[in-house]
Amino acid sequence: MTRVAVVTAGLGQPSSSRLLADRLSDATDRALRLQGERAEVTVVELRDFAHEITDHLLTGFAPPRLAEAIEAVTSADAVIAVSPVFSASYSGLFKSFFDVLDDGVLDAKPVLLGATGGTARHSLALEFALRPLFAYLRASVTPTAVFAASEDFGTAGAGTSLSTRADRAGRELADLVLQRPRTAPTDPFDNPTPFEQLLGS
Amino acid sequence: MQFGIFTVGDVTTDPTTGTTPTEHERIKATVAIARKAEEVGLDVFATGEHHNPPFIASAPTTTLAYIGALTERIILSTSTTLITTTDPVLIAEDYAKLQHLTDGRVDLMMGRGNTGPVYPWFGKDIRDGINLAIENYHLLHRLWREDVVDWEGKFRTPLQGYTSTPRPLDGVPPFVWHGSIRSPEIAEQAAYYGDGFFANHIFWPASHTERMINLYRQRFEHYGHGSADQAIVGLGGQVFMRKNSQDAVNEFRPYFDNAPVYGHGPSLEDFTSQTPLTVGSPQQVIERTLGFREYVGDYQRQLFLMDHAGLPLKTVLEQLDILGEKVVPVLRKEFAAFKPAHVPEAPTHASRVAEAGGPRDTTVHAAGDDVTGRSPAAVTR
Repeated sequence: MTRVAVVTAGLGQPSSSRLLADRLSDATDRALRLQGERAEVTVVELRDFAHEITDHLLTGFAPPRLAEAIEAVTSADAVIAVSPVFSASYSGLFKSFFDVLDDGVLDAKPVLLGATGGTARHSLALEFALRPLFAYLRASVTPTAVFAASEDFGTAGAGTSLSTRADRAGRELADLVLQRPRTAPTDPFDNPTPFEQLLGS
Repeated sequence: MQFGIFTVGDVTTDPTTGTTPTEHERIKATVAIARKAEEVGLDVFATGEHHNPPFIASAPTTTLAYIGALTERIILSTSTTLITTTDPVLIAEDYAKLQHLTDGRVDLMMGRGNTGPVYPWFGKDIRDGINLAIENYHLLHRLWREDVVDWEGKFRTPLQGYTSTPRPLDGVPPFVWHGSIRSPEIAEQAAYYGDGFFANHIFWPASHTERMINLYRQRFEHYGHGSADQAIVGLGGQVFMRKNSQDAVNEFRPYFDNAPVYGHGPSLEDFTSQTPLTVGSPQQVIERTLGFREYVGDYQRQLFLMDHAGLPLKTVLEQLDILGEKVVPVLRKEFAAFKPAHVPEAPTHASRVAEAGGPRDTTVHAAGDDVTGRSPAAVTR
């Protein structure tokens, strides 16, 4: 079983970001099944955590519900992250969620990026905003990132349709997950650095 | 068990009246609060250290020495002393002097500080925070225990044949606590030296404090200072009380909602359920505080944050009356009943002198002997 956490920052209910996120997680699940694996998907709709994320920014700790959501994302085998494009970049809510994560929790994590917007003119926000953010977070991001403009939900062009792109991205994410050795995260509380070593460094 | 208060010395506008105390008023209020703490029977007054507005908490030894002159019994401590950006040589001198002036009523709590620019203001780099805390404290520890110190490290100029004066009172350095909210390295440091560990406790969920204390206790045992349940633990707490709990909530809410640290964030109700903050009747405070030992074990020191967020002096003094009359006497009795005999009390100057085999004068009358590193009467602990 491959645990896939989906983080989506759409504000509408339903939102096109969630629609895209669902297509991406379905595509990932199909690709995993072809290789004998299955996806167990947890969806984190950031809209539901907007207050808790702000509280965390101010107090420095996660309220219980948000702590569970963060744990679902950081302990997942793969993450699908989708943001609407607001003012030429990811939304503030999307960024705030990744701002409150502890350093290093997404190290080498297989990640598939998605974004939505009113027109395809915003599609490069994936490449100039989301991809550098996840490079900073040291995540392992698939070569394909998927942008869905409103018109994509009604277009069926051969070879370039939304479902074709989602399928390719899903395959890439499945391949990343299956290639990656699974290691449990290390906890500094379990293995504290001995003091003599701290003193000598 | 010791009970006391700790202050950060914030100068904050009272949100209910719009009035802001002057620095002078706030400094004098701090002294009044400390005297009141002794009057109502508390054991410890601790002040933080900040080097920027809106705080009046710079020059902590000046404040503590003045309070020391006006009080007789209360222990004077810090919460915290910035071991990262303060020269350990000055800490050694300042607090040994304070120890002499107050006849041993001094201990310290080491912390790294949470204000980024303080590091460059004092010529340091925040990225060295942990390393500064470790190296500087190691030097401080030696300065109080060795009459003549030769020393070389990364962060300050080397010392050759240096004797820190005055020598610690009765040959016994002040007891030291180490405070950290989230760095396991600091719990490890406290355990290594057999010093105390103080968990701020008030801004974070209990589960987090529990992990830090557990790590400190295990490592305290690992380094051979005693069993894990004999480690010296202190906790912060934050309360606001009125006889009727709804009155406490109504009165405290505007202060909470506008407080510097968590204001305009979580609701009072969320924050009280997620952190140790207790707003209610004295009985509610007693029950909540007794509950702390369920996740940290039997502990030695409980400090409460009482004077912050713009609460007027009059209110703070009323709170101290309630704490001293209604809460602490009950907590003393109840905690004592829980505590097994092998769990020690918080170390005091008297208990540490007794443990060292009695007081000894360790005055260095002449230049130190830098061959043996000793004065004629050596400090032995």
